[in-house]
Amino acid sequence: MKKTMNKTTKNNFINYGIVIAIFVIVEILSGTGNLSRLLTGLLVPLCVYTIAAISLNLIVGFSGELSLGHAGFMCVGAYSSALFSHIASDIPQVPRFILAILIGAAVAAVFGVIIGIPVLRLRGDYLAIVTLAFGEIIKNLINILYVGFDENGLHVATSSANLKLAAGGKQILKGALGISGTGALYKDVKHYFFPIGIILVLLTLFIVQNLVNSRSGRAIMATRDNRIAAESVGIDVTKFKLLAFTISAALAGVAGVLYAHNLSMLKVSGFDYNMSILILVYVVLGGIGNLRGSMIAAIILYALPELLRGFANYRMLIYAIVLIVMMLFNWAPAARNWRARVMEKIRGTKNKKEAA
Amino acid sequence: MSFLSYLKDGISLGSIYAIIALGYTMVYGIAKMLNFAHGDVIMVGAYVILTAVTRGGMSPVLAVALSVIFCTVLGMVIEKVAYSPLRKASSNLAVLITAIGVSYLLQNLALLIFGADAKSFVTVIDVPSVSLFDGQLVIKGITIVTILSCIVIMAGLMLFVQKTKPGRAMQAVSEDRDAAQLMGVNVNATISMTFAIGSGLAAIAGLLLCQTYPTLTPYTGAMPGIKAFVAAVFGGIGSIPGAMVGGILLGVIEIFGKAYISSQVADAICFAVLIVVLLVKPTGLFGKNIQEKV
Amino acid sequence: MAMLEVNHLAIQFGGLRAVDGFNVSIEKGQLYGLIGPNGAGKTTIFNLLTGVYKPTEGIIKLDGQDITGKSTIEINKAGIARTFQNIRLFKDMPVLDNVKVGLHNHHSYSTLTGILRLPKYHKVEKEMNEKAMEILKVFDLDKEADTLAGNLPYGKQRKLEIARALATNPKLLLLDEPAAGMNPNETQELMDTIRFVQKHFGMTILLIEHDMKLVGGICEEVTVLNFGQVLAQGETLKVLKDPAVVTAYLGE
Repeated sequence: MKKTMNKTTKNNFINYGIVIAIFVIVEILSGTGNLSRLLTGLLVPLCVYTIAAISLNLIVGFSGELSLGHAGFMCVGAYSSALFSHIASDIPQVPRFILAILIGAAVAAVFGVIIGIPVLRLRGDYLAIVTLAFGEIIKNLINILYVGFDENGLHVATSSANLKLAAGGKQILKGALGISGTGALYKDVKHYFFPIGIILVLLTLFIVQNLVNSRSGRAIMATRDNRIAAESVGIDVTKFKLLAFTISAALAGVAGVLYAHNLSMLKVSGFDYNMSILILVYVVLGGIGNLRGSMIAAIILYALPELLRGFANYRMLIYAIVLIVMMLFNWAPAARNWRARVMEKIRGTKNKKEAA
Repeated sequence: MSFLSYLKDGISLGSIYAIIALGYTMVYGIAKMLNFAHGDVIMVGAYVILTAVTRGGMSPVLAVALSVIFCTVLGMVIEKVAYSPLRKASSNLAVLITAIGVSYLLQNLALLIFGADAKSFVTVIDVPSVSLFDGQLVIKGITIVTILSCIVIMAGLMLFVQKTKPGRAMQAVSEDRDAAQLMGVNVNATISMTFAIGSGLAAIAGLLLCQTYPTLTPYTGAMPGIKAFVAAVFGGIGSIPGAMVGGILLGVIEIFGKAYISSQVADAICFAVLIVVLLVKPTGLFGKNIQEKV
Repeated sequence: MAMLEVNHLAIQFGGLRAVDGFNVSIEKGQLYGLIGPNGAGKTTIFNLLTGVYKPTEGIIKLDGQDITGKSTIEINKAGIARTFQNIRLFKDMPVLDNVKVGLHNHHSYSTLTGILRLPKYHKVEKEMNEKAMEILKVFDLDKEADTLAGNLPYGKQRKLEIARALATNPKLLLLDEPAAGMNPNETQELMDTIRFVQKHFGMTILLIEHDMKLVGGICEEVTVLNFGQVLAQGETLKVLKDPAVVTAYLGE
């Protein structure tokens, strides 16, 4: 019994260790000038997608529901925090950025509850398609949203003309054109977005790992393994599914905040269902319910197409083939048996050698 | 009169959704998987017709036949290579992600071969328009062809599923795969056939789509694919009449949304209606309600 | 006062009255059997008692409290726990955690306490571990605490289900065919365990069983169900000799 406690704790710390090690290696490489511009540009997005993948794994891996709308929560977190950053531009940068993160998380969490309550009544694939629908609705609505402010306060409208800003007023969100110049608001903080991203990854890991290994986490996993049995021992299934959904949404919101502030132009078109699917691919390929797998899959699969840029048109083709082959290799029962046989053989010869 | 005009546009678009949704719904009913690549087969079918007509100089009829055959074979190959090894995988998410991979693969192959530029599609079906109410309402020939095709396909499929032996095998596999196997139904062949039919229909949908909206890019199939999936869920996934009704309703809602509310939020309206339908009836309009036995 | 008092319980599915006019009264600490041929409505009665189905008619009282029509969760909190005919464990969780889920409502700390690992988390988790191990020991499962529940052999899975149900600290334990699929040795061992639970925890137990030997061996009283209705009720040995019961089981 003590041993399991130690084992999970050890596993958790290995995950923190991997993140810190990656940070240290990157810092050394960039300090010695060995980091290409391309890779430097990937660092913050990598943190964004790692957080997104870990948080989605909470829904898919631990609560056992398929969500195809994770980008929607990131979108909400991104826009709410970017709006805040523009409006509250007189707050000093560091506290403002911290507040922006909290606001992104909170707004995404509220959306998590609003969407989760109806969605979690559904099962399986129906639930999946409704999360996809919500993600698309969020994207569509923000696409026609115009926000600006002047001395009279905040103005919200569905077209630029309807904003009716007074002279000297500033338009922040311009419908499909999005929000520009959010990163420029943080001249001092901007250079630390990668370390901040790493801290946020660690924080996400901390929250998800500790949640999973707690009373509420066990209840969440019980509802995944057997809904009827969970109810029979007095677990409120809806409550714990909603808890997982909301925490996951909030963390996706945090990923969105980082994403929004790292871009010179924040456009809603980036948050389509393809983004949700991309994150889901990380989760499934990394192993459902395996947080370390999510992290590693997010890093490799996000970096892969970027690093294949030299292959121009072939890169996404290679990506698609790699994806299919890896899925078959990881999940097909025939491939699994084959791998087991090979492992057996390797072990067998080893034992023989040892015996000899 | 504009109302009637929008209605016929809606029914026409909806008929295309319905034909795509039929493919989704049959595959889901039998293989229990969301074939995310289904929309991209439409795009492939359309490129085949375009190439056969413009480069190969084929007659339209021959080009369409070639496209249907090509997509049918493509569907069977995809199923055999990418999906069937995962049929007994421990998680049904595995095959979903593989389908996403196949979708990327088809899109990027098309991108390599045909380039990213939008190609304008050739007119393959040339049927004269019909003028009603002294010319106040003009119905294009392609609209009539689209709606008729949808009705014929759906009636044909219903007959096939209910009256023929392979059709009944499909029903049996969809009901209980293991029991069907024990009763001597060749499950692998039945699933393969379902993919063949669904993909053949996708080729026809590709033709009709590109006749109504005559531009073609490697991403042409993606959004109609998603919409058709929504339509299938809307109607109750696994149900053939459900796919038809769901498809047409979705098309009408989309066109009305664009006409009367805003073209930018038309998609949002479609998705919102889906959500409302599922909340009232969690298995769609025609879906069977299955309760887990305790 | 009886621990479980059921009056005129009935449920209708479409045209079928799956259970009709079911009455039973079980005293505290009693080991009571519910038997009958396949399709007699035994599991349906369990589903009615635990709120999976809502009864069309009738009243269910647990320890004097009316629980008719309440939800499964409320009924478990009121004091009924059950096992399932087709085993329903939390398969991808360790044996220990299966029992700890059963303890969920009795050892509590908030989600935030769990995430932040506040002192209360460590204290309550320690209590839960001790309590869970204590229950596992009763079923001789303590050595498999770290095994995934889905990897346990069949007989042990059945035992773990009982352990998990007991963890919710019920007043009444419902066992749905606990010996199904077990060999005679395992069945014998299970009978001893059930008796031990009855004595050690002073537990009131209602069990569904096909195995007549098991019923005859441990149940003090039984009800025989046929086509949703009570065929016979009373002291086990007398009831099993009742000609109507023999006919129902063996045919004319």
